[in-house]
Amino acid sequence: MKAVLEELESRRAQARLGGGAKRIESQHAKGKLTARERLELLLDEGSFEEYDAYVLHRSHDFGMEQSTIPGDGVVTGWGTINGRPVYVFSQDFTVFGGSLSETHAQKICKIMDMAVRNGAPVIGLNDSGGARIQEGVGSLAGYADVFLRNVMASGVVPQISVIMGPCAGGAVYSPAMTDFIFMVRDSSYMFVTGPDVVKTVTNETVTQEELGGARTHTTKSSVADGAFENDVETLFQIRRLFDFLPLNNREKPPVRPVNDVPDRLDNALDTLIPENPNTPYDMRELVLSLADEGDFFEIQQDFAKNILTGFIRMEGSTVGVVANQPLVLAGCLDIESSRKAARFVRFCDAFNIPILTLVDVPGFLPGVAQEHGGVIKHGAKLLFAFAEATVPKVTVITRKAYGGAYDVMSSKHIRGDVNYAWPTAEIAVMGAKGATEILYRSELGDKDKIAARAKEYEDRFANPFVAAQRGFIDEVINPHSTRRRVARAFAALRTKKLENPWRKHDNLPL
Amino acid sequence: MFGKILIANRGEIACRVIRSARKMGIKTVAVYSSADAGAQHVRMADEAVFLGPPPAAESYLRVDKILEAIKATGAEAVHPGYGFLSERASFAKALADEGVAFIGPPVRAIEAMGDKIESKKLAAEAGVSTVPGMFDLIEGPDHAAKIASEIGYPVMIKASAGGGGKGMRIAWNDAEAREGFELSRKEAQSSFGDDRIFIEKFVQRPRHIEIQLLGDQHGNIVYLNERECSIQRRNQKVVEEAPSPFLDPETRKAMGEQAVALARAVGYYSAGTVECIVDPDKNFYFLEMNTRLQVEHPVTELITGVDLVEEMIRVAAGEKLRFEQKDVKLNGWAVESRLYAEDPYRNFLPSVGRLKRYRPPQEGKSVDGSLVRNDTGVEEGGEVSIYYDPMIAKLCTWAPTRLKAVDAMQTALDSFELEGLGHNIPFLQAVMLNGKFRSGDLSTAFIAEEFPEGFHGVTPAPEELRALAEAAAAMHLIRERRAVKIEGGLRGHERHLPEDWVVAIGGQRFPLKLTGGADGHFRVRHADGQESGFALDWLPGRSLAHLRPDSGAEAIIKVEPKGEGFRLRRRGADLLAATRSLRADQLAALMIEKPAPDFSRFLLCPMPGLLTSLRVAEGEEVQEGQALASVEAMKMENVLRAEKKAVVKSVKAKVGESLAVDQIILEFE
Repeated sequence: MKAVLEELESRRAQARLGGGAKRIESQHAKGKLTARERLELLLDEGSFEEYDAYVLHRSHDFGMEQSTIPGDGVVTGWGTINGRPVYVFSQDFTVFGGSLSETHAQKICKIMDMAVRNGAPVIGLNDSGGARIQEGVGSLAGYADVFLRNVMASGVVPQISVIMGPCAGGAVYSPAMTDFIFMVRDSSYMFVTGPDVVKTVTNETVTQEELGGARTHTTKSSVADGAFENDVETLFQIRRLFDFLPLNNREKPPVRPVNDVPDRLDNALDTLIPENPNTPYDMRELVLSLADEGDFFEIQQDFAKNILTGFIRMEGSTVGVVANQPLVLAGCLDIESSRKAARFVRFCDAFNIPILTLVDVPGFLPGVAQEHGGVIKHGAKLLFAFAEATVPKVTVITRKAYGGAYDVMSSKHIRGDVNYAWPTAEIAVMGAKGATEILYRSELGDKDKIAARAKEYEDRFANPFVAAQRGFIDEVINPHSTRRRVARAFAALRTKKLENPWRKHDNLPL
Repeated sequence: MFGKILIANRGEIACRVIRSARKMGIKTVAVYSSADAGAQHVRMADEAVFLGPPPAAESYLRVDKILEAIKATGAEAVHPGYGFLSERASFAKALADEGVAFIGPPVRAIEAMGDKIESKKLAAEAGVSTVPGMFDLIEGPDHAAKIASEIGYPVMIKASAGGGGKGMRIAWNDAEAREGFELSRKEAQSSFGDDRIFIEKFVQRPRHIEIQLLGDQHGNIVYLNERECSIQRRNQKVVEEAPSPFLDPETRKAMGEQAVALARAVGYYSAGTVECIVDPDKNFYFLEMNTRLQVEHPVTELITGVDLVEEMIRVAAGEKLRFEQKDVKLNGWAVESRLYAEDPYRNFLPSVGRLKRYRPPQEGKSVDGSLVRNDTGVEEGGEVSIYYDPMIAKLCTWAPTRLKAVDAMQTALDSFELEGLGHNIPFLQAVMLNGKFRSGDLSTAFIAEEFPEGFHGVTPAPEELRALAEAAAAMHLIRERRAVKIEGGLRGHERHLPEDWVVAIGGQRFPLKLTGGADGHFRVRHADGQESGFALDWLPGRSLAHLRPDSGAEAIIKVEPKGEGFRLRRRGADLLAATRSLRADQLAALMIEKPAPDFSRFLLCPMPGLLTSLRVAEGEEVQEGQALASVEAMKMENVLRAEKKAVVKSVKAKVGESLAVDQIILEFE
């Protein structure tokens, strides 16, 4: 018996060593942790249950039969984050450069199947050189098996991808189909084809970092939802995000005790809106004021900054926030902000997370680039996402709600449950100046007359009461009591039941 | 007594006057510009009258508008506060013509003291000690050099109409005297439209000490002891105190009596201040007389128990002073810190913006017998605008002794929550911590000498850092204990938190074992075997933590979640603390310290828009955070700021130009 136990221990020790001390050292020299070290930080102390540690590849080509390492380049299993279960895989760059073999893929598929069956999220830590070239189509089949599971799990359990090293070629499409992608600054990159191929084909010279580093993907391509300084901070932040998310689509978001009261008043909000309607202000201040303990986990913070998206808690329970940001481009909607917010709204709706929408929007951004870029269809994505969402939806209009953008921003007309406006709200087809110039084109030569007309239009429409008279606004509220109002609205909506008609799936304007 | 008075001022001083008036049962009228429509002084007053647009010249300095407001409201008297119209004889005259009382000195006193040369002559005649110098007209550079050498170098060359350091130069020899004269005259002409220059001895390492006077219209004048205002930056007072740690009773009496003599010579009444410089041998010299209430008057009120504003109102109404010189008290010690909207880390660049958080410390007496007073005119959510003085508040503490008052100031500053714009609290804390300041070894060169390279934050003492590490660990434990209470966990397989932690803070690591905490009391054991206990009053979401060690004084810490841990601020120190398990600490040690990111050498346009202003020119040095340009997009103005200190190499765009995203506006060297 003793010998058998010793055998087990020695096999485990061998598996834990991955690619060996030398490769671990070189991983550390790059400021990167190993696959197992990363799981230690991601999961609760001692909670990791590893599966398939002894799996070996079955390749007999190019001398691969000479070299096998238990685990085959990926560590899989499950553990807990603050006691809640999560399925994980962590690619091991020290083993064959983390490359994906048929068996490597099978390990990932196994835990993904378990995650879906058991209703727990999946977090993948990516650090892989790509396909195991020696395996040829076997490796490609492995990718596709993972892709299919990503698709099947989408909207069933939350899937988070963390890019902590290279992720290139076909490998990018698994993270691309998960709910969130986070990257580590300076030590991770993602691209379909690398700088060498780019150079050959298009003659463009570009570095890995410029082509697919964290900065590129968080600011330009919007492929990534956030980036952090190093492995340690990144994994800490993933734990923080995990605490906001429900385990699966049958559950409500988790509730955590809070040290904040729902009826906390904030008098500073009464002066948030500047006297001059063209002066910007920081919408983030309102978000932080409404959130429990001022805690806001922002998604895509560095992309399309004219709209804010992210998670807060109210009375301990997760709420998704979508808010126009007047500090950037006056908070207008455009292609990028519409796409960013639409995807966020759909995630919230898929996982029963109520949505709070804060509106200060002067309209859609005009311009040739926008029209030619298809702002019509991209803007429609956000409209579609808000309209189809059946989760509780509370909207607060703080200032401008002009034109079509008013309709889009979770208005009453597309099933907003509770729609509030501040007294400073202006709900109209457009600003007074623009409106007068169209309505009174013949008087344009007469400045005084036009000014008087603009004043007339302003008096008539630059307020929330015209909309409130029609019931499009449920109540005009004091800014300082917004948290209390919104918290009560969400409390009343806890029992909301609403279903869309049956269909195979909708046809969102992709 | 008056039934209603108007306060021709704004901000904290308007609020201050309203408080005393209200106490006396007098109704108040505020005046305001459009920038102050929602300001505290407007809401505090019984009535408020709109004056005009934000610039002072179109509002608070419009005598005609203020006279209209007086007529409209029936105010019987006007308190001018400080600044604005407070020392304009023409304003006092205009009021007199209307039969409205001026809550201040007589016109002739304002006139006599308003002119620097005139006032020095009067002072000398009244037997007041003055700095040796030449107050007659100086004909030219050679004459200046001759006079300077007669007085003896170093000398100060000053514009007669000057103020705020403009038109002032120090000369150490004839050549510098000639050159200094020319430059000062030019500057005086352009700044004040008056090129009269005088020369006086330059007193080295002087202290700024001033005497508070109070007189009535019946010839009674008393001095309410002195204030020391040596802590100045570019002639702007930063920290004041009363009494001065330097004066002995004899000097105090001599200064006080000479100040009274000067006041008597000009028939002075109401509150006024005689400013002096005092050299290291306690020789004092008359500098000037301010014929108004001073900003720093609260410290005098705190040590004498006199409400100066109330006395000014009584005097203006013709009442006699209710006390004599022998009744004037000198009780304990008071310190005042001026909280400015400025960024001490960026060369004190002015900072404007919204007060996202404004929570001053509790005013009144505390358990240890000290006292806190905070004079302010702002509230949370208010705005510090570009139009007026950037002073946010005057925080005063009083205690029986000087050091206790300084300690109380440190505590008050620790609990003063101010966010949304740059402010000088860390710098004020650095002053309070300074050994020379604590020992009372002051001079007007204090800031220049003690902070020669500017201000770069405070490094906490070792025991202070250790206490902050303990607090950080306890906060982390509180936060983690709450985190495991999230619902949806696997019952029976809960997360078990370790007791051993490592806190990384201020470039150091503190391994420690932390236990307890259920009742707010923790036990901590450090790697060196030292064990102690402390209570921590903090919950997630709170921005202030109270740390109470079992032995030792309470510490107030400003807390903000940041990165993996917390940003902690206390006593001018500003630190990040991360608490990790032993294993996480080992792994964190493998992380590579990255070099600071290289900021681009260009200012790029962040959005398509119209360049509406360029605030810098080629060759200009800019400070981190300085406004460089504004771009209007979607009808909104966006101010672009410098990311770091740099010199502008070239300007690549013109005002009025339409810019594309990422278009270059400026190139730096």
